Amino acid sequence: MSRPVQYNVKNEGGKILITDEMPSGLEGEGFFATKLSEVVGWGRKNSLWPMPFATSCCGIEFMATSASHYDIGRFGSERMAHTPRQCDLLMVMGTIAKKMGPIVKQVYLQMSEPRWVIAVGACASSGGIFDTYSVLQGIDQIIPVDVYVPGCPPRPEAIIDGLMKCQDLVGQESLRRRNSDRYKALLNSYGIE
Amino acid sequence: MSELIQQEQHVKLPEGSIGKQTTTLNLGPTHPATHGVFQNILEVDGERIVSAEQTVGYIHRAFEKIAERRPLYQITPLTDRLNYCSSPINNMGWHLTCEKLLGVTTPKRVDYLRVIIMELSRIADHLICNSIVGVDSGAFSGFLYVMQYRELIYEIFEEVCGSRLTTNIGRIGGFERNFTPAAFEKLERFLKEYPLTLKEFENLFNRNRIFMERTMGTGGISAERALNYGFTGPNLRATGVDYDVRVATPYSSYEDFEFDIPVGTTGDNYDRFMVRNQEMWQSIRIIEQAYRKVQEFKGAEAEVFHADVPEYYLPEKEDVYTKMEALIWHFKIIMGEIDMPAGEVYQAVEGGNGELGFYLISDGGRAPFRLHFRRPCFIYYQAYSELTKGALLADAVITMSSLNLIAGEMDA
Amino acid sequence: MSTVLTNQIIQKRLVEKFGDAVTNMEEPYGMFSFEVPKDLNLKVMEFLYDEPDLNFRFLTDVCAVHYPDQKGRELAVVYHLHNMVDNIRIRMKIFTDINEPDVFTATSLYQSANWQERETYDFYGVNFLGHPNLKRILNVDEMDYFPMRKEYPLEDRARLDKDDEMFGRGGSVV
Repeated sequence: MSRPVQYNVKNEGGKILITDEMPSGLEGEGFFATKLSEVVGWGRKNSLWPMPFATSCCGIEFMATSASHYDIGRFGSERMAHTPRQCDLLMVMGTIAKKMGPIVKQVYLQMSEPRWVIAVGACASSGGIFDTYSVLQGIDQIIPVDVYVPGCPPRPEAIIDGLMKCQDLVGQESLRRRNSDRYKALLNSYGIE
Repeated sequence: MSELIQQEQHVKLPEGSIGKQTTTLNLGPTHPATHGVFQNILEVDGERIVSAEQTVGYIHRAFEKIAERRPLYQITPLTDRLNYCSSPINNMGWHLTCEKLLGVTTPKRVDYLRVIIMELSRIADHLICNSIVGVDSGAFSGFLYVMQYRELIYEIFEEVCGSRLTTNIGRIGGFERNFTPAAFEKLERFLKEYPLTLKEFENLFNRNRIFMERTMGTGGISAERALNYGFTGPNLRATGVDYDVRVATPYSSYEDFEFDIPVGTTGDNYDRFMVRNQEMWQSIRIIEQAYRKVQEFKGAEAEVFHADVPEYYLPEKEDVYTKMEALIWHFKIIMGEIDMPAGEVYQAVEGGNGELGFYLISDGGRAPFRLHFRRPCFIYYQAYSELTKGALLADAVITMSSLNLIAGEMDA
Repeated sequence: MSTVLTNQIIQKRLVEKFGDAVTNMEEPYGMFSFEVPKDLNLKVMEFLYDEPDLNFRFLTDVCAVHYPDQKGRELAVVYHLHNMVDNIRIRMKIFTDINEPDVFTATSLYQSANWQERETYDFYGVNFLGHPNLKRILNVDEMDYFPMRKEYPLEDRARLDKDDEMFGRGGSVV
């Protein structure tokens, strides 16, 4: 059952795996110069702390994603805080009923900027197969969403792919985006001041 | 400093809270310990719970209303999403309900294959529940350890139906396709590797002093109260009642198998954990027997994977494109040209949480006139307030996870 | 107690006790099913619960059905009872007028009826008299109709982006 540690850190050629690329910049003896935004983005994207807002089936797939087999920790997101105050990535997994809607919004409001949202699964993205009186037809009706992951439920690979897409967004985000008028207008359209 | 004091004076206490001995505490619906969306408003006296009031319905999705608008074969995906930890059992339960209504009898090989799938999903269900009980009592390693073996089960499901969690497995009358040799290979691998893992999982928990101290004597209920509360499944058996739908009203040829019904004595969290644990061993026993029986079929019999009921069983896609008759049946089934018998059926299966019942009223139309799901979770969650009365807050959390509450099933 | 309880015995016992009040006795798919007047529901359940040879101590399920075409008896409340000793199930039905959906609660006999009756109230508006806490359970408290009744649509009527007849909106698909 046990396997040597090298299995995890070395690939077949015996070379140590590089997980993420350094930001581009000027490198020399004892210094490395790059743009601040790139360093910040690089740091942020590799330590996204998710707030798993799991309500139903997709939550079970997220459980698999965070467990040993798929291991979301490889992407720096193993720190599930379960408190919106400490998290910067809201992962909404599963059906959000209308009764649950205000709670999702409250959780989102409790998160501090910068914050990102992934809608995992068809229900969170669009209501999915539940086009009914009691189900919210996609969480983007109440909060802005950055990445949608399709599937009912998505496979763990898809969830990881969604996380990587979100990492791309985070890494490239300009430092001023959250102060921009456009962002404020976006939040205002959801009634968030 | 003076500002702080100033602020404190502005704090307004809710009316009636002055001189009150207890605190009102809100647990959920997004609390990490609730593993799903339930809200409990607890009245606590220090660490002791005086009373608990549960609120459910946070993912009510109107399954029963949807079911009134869908033809029978389109309801299977809905049943997936009831108890999503063991979807195949729900699927099979639904197929059995339809078969009862339509008067379809399935060949023995189909029954045995169904038993394999159902027992595998029972293992997956109990595995999640038990490892979550471990997580809530502070033992995370068990969860991480067994999750990879749940993946083995999912690989088998994938091989059979192409999907992992919400399987939509099987059709009315049988399966949508035969099991591939790879599926049996994976099953063999699972049967070989999994008992070792389960043994190790047991070693981590069963006689673990800390775990026993945390779970024994907490969240207990008497058999009489449990029956009055409508408990079924492992939670009822933990109280000492040997009621199991697989034995009481056998379906899908469960009468052909030899297995024991594990029962507990006190109905507390430890008993529930142990009953689930033992049930996994019994499930392995059943799967082994079923696999042996499946292997005994030879020749043409070994190729049977559905009943010969062209009027209800959706033909294979390949045949639809190449054979006239299959195309006609496909068209008739999809367009709802098949005459459905009118009648009322109640069919129960032993789901992961207990008796999962389907009450189907058909008026001869294409969609059910009324379909009611008896969801075991919903019924036994009522007892939570009684289970936690006088318990410590920390124990109430374990009680919740050991009941195996699945929000999707509860709220339907 | 030596004789095994069968559907015939239950039927005989019920008719002995309640006479003509028990109607529509049939055995669809092997389950004995009967109808009683709605003001007798608790009496019949008590009888089934208390009699030592009947012993229906387990309430499997409570649900309601809406028959819009049956004037005066639109709503049916269906109880599934289970005798676990003899392993026999029965189905009891009561019918009520939709304008006066008052039915006695079974919570005094079965604790499990509590939430199931609340659910039935939530979906169909059956008013269970004597219920300790009859309020909505699954839907939001503000809801002003009973969504499972046949006249109400499945879909969210506030949704505007999916108004296509082809996708099943507009009520033409049953």
